[in-house]
Amino acid sequence: MKKIHWDAVLMPLVGVTLTLLAWQMISGRTVIRNLADGTVEEVRLGWVQDLPGPLQTWEKTRKYVVEPFAKREELDQGILRFTWYSLVIVAKGYAIALILGTPLGFLLGLSSTFSKMFDPIIQVLRPVSPLAWMPLGVVLFANSGKSANELAALFTIAVCAMWPTVLNTAVGVRAIPQDYLNVARVLKLSRTQTLLKIMIPATLPYMFTGYRLSLGIAWLVIVAVEMLTGRIGIGNFLWNEYNNGLYTSIVLCIVTIGLVGFSLDRAMSLLERRFKSIL
Amino acid sequence: MSFLVLQQVSKGFGPPEARREVLCGVDLSVKQGEIVAIVGYSGAGKSTLLHLVSGLLKPDAGFVTLGGRVIEGPGTDRGVVFQNYSLLPWMTVAENIRLAVDSVFPDWTEERRSEQVDRHIDLVNLTHARDRRPSELSGGMRQRVSVARALAMDPQILLLDEPLGALDALTRGTLQEEISRICRASGKTVVLITNDPDEGILMADRILPMSAGPGAILGPSFPVVLGPTRDRRALNQDPRFKALRAEVVAWLLGPGARPAVSVSRKLTLPDLEPEDLEIPRPLIGGRRRPRRRSEERRETVDLTP
Ligand SMILES: Nc1ncnc2c1ncn2[C@@H]1O[C@H](COP(=O)(O)OP(=O)(O)OP(=O)(O)O)[C@@H](O)[C@H]1O
Ligand SMILES: [Mg+2]
Repeated sequence: MKKIHWDAVLMPLVGVTLTLLAWQMISGRTVIRNLADGTVEEVRLGWVQDLPGPLQTWEKTRKYVVEPFAKREELDQGILRFTWYSLVIVAKGYAIALILGTPLGFLLGLSSTFSKMFDPIIQVLRPVSPLAWMPLGVVLFANSGKSANELAALFTIAVCAMWPTVLNTAVGVRAIPQDYLNVARVLKLSRTQTLLKIMIPATLPYMFTGYRLSLGIAWLVIVAVEMLTGRIGIGNFLWNEYNNGLYTSIVLCIVTIGLVGFSLDRAMSLLERRFKSIL
Repeated sequence: MSFLVLQQVSKGFGPPEARREVLCGVDLSVKQGEIVAIVGYSGAGKSTLLHLVSGLLKPDAGFVTLGGRVIEGPGTDRGVVFQNYSLLPWMTVAENIRLAVDSVFPDWTEERRSEQVDRHIDLVNLTHARDRRPSELSGGMRQRVSVARALAMDPQILLLDEPLGALDALTRGTLQEEISRICRASGKTVVLITNDPDEGILMADRILPMSAGPGAILGPSFPVVLGPTRDRRALNQDPRFKALRAEVVAWLLGPGARPAVSVSRKLTLPDLEPEDLEIPRPLIGGRRRPRRRSEERRETVDLTP
């Protein structure tokens, strides 16, 4: 029987409670004042006046949470429905990133000439922000009609999320123990067999580390992409609500984005650990 | 007619300015069906010698021939058992052996190949561990899988690199007999590398000591004049066994202990001034930065006693 570690459950709960309390304390609240001439005036009081507190956030954004998949209007949908739209596009962009990144990583790891040629370029492209790639994507796919926005979004996600996969795969290939390659040589395995039976399995744990990091980046990028392209999704919702001055929704979005990112990372690290345990 | 021949084989590693000669003119010839053991110091170059035969390394000078043909690279006519097992950790026992069988016998039928795999797993008594991964096996079991993999390729010659090196003395004894039995039953030519003279005498027809490196050579060949069935306990009392072991060990400790060649290299003294331990070390800041003699403007040496 597995013993439950109360500390592991209790301590984070205490942490969350403390954070909520602190948040409530510093956030502002709305007070209605009766003025001398009989009219009323709404004023925000508090340390950070415009920051909505947790209670206020909950009241104002309930409808998005209690019916998470509702679709009332184009811009008024449940929070998980928005999240779902974003996840779909992230999944597509992420798939492109892996399909391009893994072979590129293998080439870099296998050939030192290739690596010398392209490593500097990769190191230069890697730190470029999604906000810089996005306009280029829009320009590149400007005349592809209705799907222009989607293609630009996919381009940005793929280009930003690819690098951890590329670099980790390359490291993994370089780290294949010479012993395994010697086995391939004395067994006279063909090139394809060596790749499939020896190199890919030996690199898998590194590849999955890359995949996990790439997924994190893809999820980071989506918000920026949706703000710029106006694709429906959680980032776009956040931006609209900001423009409408509904700050409570912004807080809701931040919390949701964080939770989704966290869950994705957890799921990937479970997979990663499974592959690590083989070696 | 010798099957495997090494003639004046030399091998070194490293760039010309910092070269390490490992083997220096090694001669060896092994007849078909013979079991030859090579005993030597750790780091002498035994694995290097074996890799020259397996084709993973090429000699710098001299040549290695197998059945009259110069060895150009690895081939499936040589079954190798690596010093560190080299099993693929993501494959089960059966899959590891299957990989070898698939590669060597591509035109066999599916049934024949799986029969070959199963037969060799059975040969090393591992049928119960057939579907386990190497990480779930003990060291001795891994070693046996490695032997089974090499045998399943049905090679002309088996190259065993310290197959029992990582095992304790007791397990070693049982496995020595087991591997010896398998090798003799298969009738194959075997080159066995070991660091234990007893093991060599117990398992081989002929034993050759290797001198300590750098620049190792093979010593004289000592034929093992014991019958093919050797009982470990009885042998310990056998005077012929004792005499042979004494001869081999005497060669290893005598002529074999000295490197065959001396390496000369230019030594440059480090340009660093040693730290004067008399000077108390400051509490903060720690160790004094190492000072180079060339940075020193004036150096006084106090010679008063
Ligand atoms: N690829 C290599 N590059 C450089 N030096 C090497 C290489 N392989 C072996 N050596 C050197 O050659 C020498 C002999 O190595 P080798 O592995 O053949 O020893 P060994 O006799 O098998 O020792 P052990 O009994 O410990 O396995 C060692 O000094 C080692 O440092
Ligand atoms: Mg060795």
